[in-house]
Amino acid sequence: MADKLKFSLVSPEKELMAADVDQVDIPGTEGWIGVLPNHAPLMATLAPGMVKVRTGSDERRIFVRGGFAEISPAGLTVLAEEAMPAEELNADKIAQRIQNAEEDLADAGDDEKKLAAQQSLDRLKELQAAL
Amino acid sequence: MASLKDLKTRITSVKSTQKITKAKQMVAAAKLRRAEERATEARPYTERMEAVLANLSASSKGNPNAPRLLAGTGKDETHLLIIGTADKGLCGGFNSSIVRLAREYIVKLQGEGKNVKIITVGRKGNDQLKRLYGDLIVWKTNFVEVKQVGFEQANEIAEKVLAMFEDGEFDVATLFYGKFKNVVTQIPTPQQIIPALAPEGVETPDLKGAVYEYEPDETEILRALLPRYVAVQIFRALLENVASEQAASMSAMDNATRNAGEMIDKLNLQYNRARQAQITTELIEIIAGAEAL
Repeated sequence: MADKLKFSLVSPEKELMAADVDQVDIPGTEGWIGVLPNHAPLMATLAPGMVKVRTGSDERRIFVRGGFAEISPAGLTVLAEEAMPAEELNADKIAQRIQNAEEDLADAGDDEKKLAAQQSLDRLKELQAAL
Repeated sequence: MASLKDLKTRITSVKSTQKITKAKQMVAAAKLRRAEERATEARPYTERMEAVLANLSASSKGNPNAPRLLAGTGKDETHLLIIGTADKGLCGGFNSSIVRLAREYIVKLQGEGKNVKIITVGRKGNDQLKRLYGDLIVWKTNFVEVKQVGFEQANEIAEKVLAMFEDGEFDVATLFYGKFKNVVTQIPTPQQIIPALAPEGVETPDLKGAVYEYEPDETEILRALLPRYVAVQIFRALLENVASEQAASMSAMDNATRNAGEMIDKLNLQYNRARQAQITTELIEIIAGAEAL
């Protein structure tokens, strides 16, 4: 039997998911990261997007709004700033977040922050288009 | 000697007080259970984040480019105290003991010639501190309007604190809150949050000889992580505070209910004695009247 990946998704308020899965795709700030069992240790920041969790033929999608991912031999941990199952996500909620992101962009002081805000905004817009 | 009627009124009044304290005790017990649950649910995130931070700060130790949130401003002039208390009373010495601890700390800092700034979280702390240190309070907030304290509120406080730090308004930030040990013990605790102290005694995973890759690089991640860490610590303190407040309230109200019970017993005894005395006097009067005939 193939190895399983220990995956856990936690938000500040609670642990949303803890399971052994086959594959997880996470939206890193510098591009998608596909995580399989026995991945090399990695630490990455996340952009807003869908985390795709695959177990067998079953796929679950969970929306996260930024955060961090840590991959160690012990498994993959996603520390999400905010997370919710994709089913609960709708156009209104995305529109709300896009508005927030636009405000962030307008408020951003230096280039670095502007870039980060722009990136989140782009990701959110992509998501909106996909919905 | 109080008259029978007076005693009767007092007994009724103590009885209704007892009803209130009893109700409050039961409410606190129910709320405590929820607060404890929420504190437990929030724990995994904090623990994981501590592990990640311990890991990163170990590798960036001595790095001159380390973010200021971790390395500090290099000064120790202005201290910011974030004092978390409850919004409501009826919880025994809970609020006062946190305020007392903070006050001792302020006196100590001022004795050393340092500047002190205060942020109060919760109405009671603000009420108690504004008389003495009103001019030091730079910002205040409370959750009177909020039904359940969530991460949102913690984030709001964290953003304020971080903005002040960015503007160089303070060098060191310390958080005061009631640490929830168990139902009978809550310990007022100071905790330094800026510069961030790397968590100690956290297990870092065994990498089996491999090295972490970072995406983007280490400093970037650390820069993104530290503000979150501040918010998470504030969030944890808020949750602990809620649990502590309810626990303190529960035991205070339990005591009050018992006291009221004792008082009712005592008053009842007094009432019965007085009634007996009155009957005796009346009897004596009747007998004396009969004898005189």
